[in-house]
Amino acid sequence: MANDSNQVIKTVIAGSGFSYWRRKISNAIFTILFSSSIIIVLLPLLLIVGYLFYKGASSVNVNFFIHRPAPVGEAGGGMGNAIIGSLYVVGLASLIGIPVGLLGGIFLGEFPNNKLSTVARFVADVLNGTPSIVMGVFAYTVVVLPMKNFTALAGGFALGMMMIPTILRTTDEILQTVPNSIREASLALGVPYWRTVISVVLRSAKSGILTGILLAGARVLGETAPLLFTSFNNAFFSYSILQPISTLPVQIFNYAISPYKDWHRQAWAGALVLVVAILIVNVGMRTFSRQKFEQT
Amino acid sequence: MAVEIEALGGAAEAIKVEKKSIVHADTVFKSVIGFFALLVIILLVWLGLQLYASSRLAFSTIGIWAFIKGTTWDPVSGVFGALPFIYGTLVTSFLSLLIATPLGVGTAIFLAELSPKWLRRFLQPLVELLAGIPSVIYGLWGIFVLSPLMAMTVEPFLMDTFGFLPFFKGYPLGIGILTASIILAIMVVPFIISVSTEVLSTVPVSLKEGMYALGATRWETLKKISLPFAKSGIFGSVILALARALGETMAVTMVIGNTPQISKSLLDPGYSMAAVLANEFTEATTASYLSALIAIAFILLLITLTVNAVARWLIWRTTRTK
Repeated sequence: MANDSNQVIKTVIAGSGFSYWRRKISNAIFTILFSSSIIIVLLPLLLIVGYLFYKGASSVNVNFFIHRPAPVGEAGGGMGNAIIGSLYVVGLASLIGIPVGLLGGIFLGEFPNNKLSTVARFVADVLNGTPSIVMGVFAYTVVVLPMKNFTALAGGFALGMMMIPTILRTTDEILQTVPNSIREASLALGVPYWRTVISVVLRSAKSGILTGILLAGARVLGETAPLLFTSFNNAFFSYSILQPISTLPVQIFNYAISPYKDWHRQAWAGALVLVVAILIVNVGMRTFSRQKFEQT
Repeated sequence: MAVEIEALGGAAEAIKVEKKSIVHADTVFKSVIGFFALLVIILLVWLGLQLYASSRLAFSTIGIWAFIKGTTWDPVSGVFGALPFIYGTLVTSFLSLLIATPLGVGTAIFLAELSPKWLRRFLQPLVELLAGIPSVIYGLWGIFVLSPLMAMTVEPFLMDTFGFLPFFKGYPLGIGILTASIILAIMVVPFIISVSTEVLSTVPVSLKEGMYALGATRWETLKKISLPFAKSGIFGSVILALARALGETMAVTMVIGNTPQISKSLLDPGYSMAAVLANEFTEATTASYLSALIAIAFILLLITLTVNAVARWLIWRTTRTK
């Protein structure tokens, strides 16, 4: 029976001018091509992560985390100030990015078909694709020029601007998945709308929003371009919002383009620390939100 | 009794008052969150106006077209022409798409149509990790791993094999337009993959099943049903990747060679708009120099805004039918 129908198909297709084997072979060729493209795409990931461990792992030690950079020619030194600086600047960025992104995102998620939401959603997507270096130039003209000094604040401003669209869009999408029945149940109990949003809608979307915020933070943690001429660089430990500050990505960049072997070694170490930090946040959040998702 | 009625009346009064304040609180709440949504739009407008205002000095002294078409960039004598940077940005972006598009679409087809579910759930996060690696680390890897490889093996091979073409003349430096394009391709391919996979997943199963029922092979179904259906969304993902490539800074800065010249050869060093900002912004000592650099940022912003808007529109057009 099956053979018969195969025969029918073969004849039908032969009649339409296609050879059965040619179709089979072209199908096989394209299957192989598509399958091999994923291997080519993932090969660089393997190579990059592999090289980071190969070149960087031996230089990551306690000194690396607690010391500031040593002058050229002197052994030792670390990126302690840059690590703290990175967290400091991302913290400043969060002060701008989280409130604006979150509150704006609530509006988009709660009134998804409002005209303002449609426009804001589009603008956020476009802002998300704006080159990070342009954000740096923007922060330079808005913060650095009037203050006449490179400051941690300017770096935080640039990164904060970049966090806004990410947080806004994730909050928007998560809130839209919250079932309306929950909102209605709360409103039917006489709870005012604003209370419903804060205590019911946001609470049920909590883990998703948190994931969005952490992913936005992880993304700007690796940004170099907007910091080059905003928070600039600093050879010392600095905790002032009005002084230039050293950050891990900028430090990696400066060391990588320097002519010194020892600085190259440290650049690899810094890169390893940065990538591991970002990967931990990414993977951790993904497994966390997947578990949450599968539970409900 | 009278007391009870009084109490009831009091309660009714209380409810009335509360109702009023509830309505009031809700209006305030909606206005506040609406304001923050509006703020995002204001932000984009502010960004555009601020950059325009700061680059006016360059545009008015040099002239917009003279600035864009000028091929000489000599800050010391105050000559500012942006063409070498625009050329470098465009060439590296298009070359990177030439590499990334077939790979990205191929991978997306594999993930959406061929791979078993468990494999897809394992591979897709890896692709996203590729997008999560910071630009400066691609640059670091580019300087110390890719660029020696290009100089020792790939570029001499290209010169021997295709040396008769003007694109592969010169010296195998390892840094230049070609190396920058390859790094860019690696960096933008995840964007093509994730959006294309999503778009391909929206193709109605019934259409594909109909095709299979007619005896079509997987490739024929793909060619006749899935790809035409997802065409504009896939195209959108490529345009989205283009926007990323145009604005990518650190990795390009580190491997492109930073030489403001226009050369046909892909092996020659070049420069890009983002790279010149990264390298020279802190050195801009005169007002005209600074303004010229900000003008480059403004042009870059305009280009990426347009490209992004087109991409979003294309993707929105395909996925909204979902």
